[in-house]
Amino acid sequence: MSTQDIIDTIAGIEPGSGLDVIRTRRLQARENAQKSYLSLFEPIDVSDFSLAERAAVAAFVTGLHGESPVAAFYREKLAANEDGALLLEAIEAEITRGRTSGPYGSYPAGPLSAENTAGLIYRVSAASKPALGARLVAALEHAHLLVFRPRDAASADMKALLDAGWSNTGIVTFSQLVAFLSFQLRVVSGLRTLAAANA
Amino acid sequence: MSATVNPPVVFTQDELGWVSWIDPLPEAELTERHYAGLVDRARAKSEYFRLLVRDPEVLEARTKTDKDIFYNVVDGLPRAERELAAAATSRYNGCIYCASVHARFASTYSKRREDVQRLLDEGVEADLGERWNAIVKASVALAATPIAFGPDNIAELRHAGLDDAEIVDVINGASFFNWANRLMLSLGEPSK
Repeated sequence: MSTQDIIDTIAGIEPGSGLDVIRTRRLQARENAQKSYLSLFEPIDVSDFSLAERAAVAAFVTGLHGESPVAAFYREKLAANEDGALLLEAIEAEITRGRTSGPYGSYPAGPLSAENTAGLIYRVSAASKPALGARLVAALEHAHLLVFRPRDAASADMKALLDAGWSNTGIVTFSQLVAFLSFQLRVVSGLRTLAAANA
Repeated sequence: MSATVNPPVVFTQDELGWVSWIDPLPEAELTERHYAGLVDRARAKSEYFRLLVRDPEVLEARTKTDKDIFYNVVDGLPRAERELAAAATSRYNGCIYCASVHARFASTYSKRREDVQRLLDEGVEADLGERWNAIVKASVALAATPIAFGPDNIAELRHAGLDDAEIVDVINGASFFNWANRLMLSLGEPSK
């Protein structure tokens, strides 16, 4: 594959280093984490989820996790997108408004209700809505739910996305993108922490 | 899709079903591109995979990532403890379906079914002994947002006997379930 491995690049893993050797032992996982990235951000079909929308959601999701090399990478990706650059200001404002700590949320009524934890039910600000448009407003609200309170998800949340113009296929790819970033952020964080412990 | 949903209200090692909230592709409409995405043709029988196969390229890459992280046991962390990381992550994020599958696997491979059940019943604070506690705690720290994983987790995993390659298996397994949990929790629901 021609593109540099994104996880290795952001985690600062040098060829031939100890962590490089360890990651080579899970070569299929390493290569397919990269293929996941490519199929989400350089897809063969963008008809259900545009590249600008993908970059906007990615900048939002990674930004919600706090400042990090991953967040910087996706913010730059958004800035580099012709349509996405116009969204940057609104996305950054919404990241600031949306930051909190998770996971929180509710369980189905029963014994686990004792573990229900309240937290921010994020909604996009009125000020950001014109710049973002209905599809991205619905996407950011759902992405925030996925990041911080995934156990709150309900069928009504699917309806909100459908009503905002998302197709079934678009919802699948969008959900995969948010969920993949949840993985990528953590692998990078874990590897960087391990590398620092060895430094 | 199933006509009635009977959602579980506790974490369990029982086998659960899963019902999609949006339309999976009908099996009759699957093409070779979709089968490539499914990786295992038998997954065409699963509502969950026929939903995810709406984006075949992402599903294929996700599936191959998953399989290598959990099934490649020629070296590194024992399968039981990779499954423990998956179950602990799912318990903490609140994914009853994912926790059921990976708690069962953790029990099968570790032969410590009662300890696994305590993780489900008592939660991620359950005392499961130094090695499992370190793996559970690392998984929980990785699942938190903002991510709370730090040098203390590395030190605890090392003290419990894990080398760097095994620690990377914990990181991969726990991180992967932050991917899996969010799909399972948000695209449909478990049913008994």
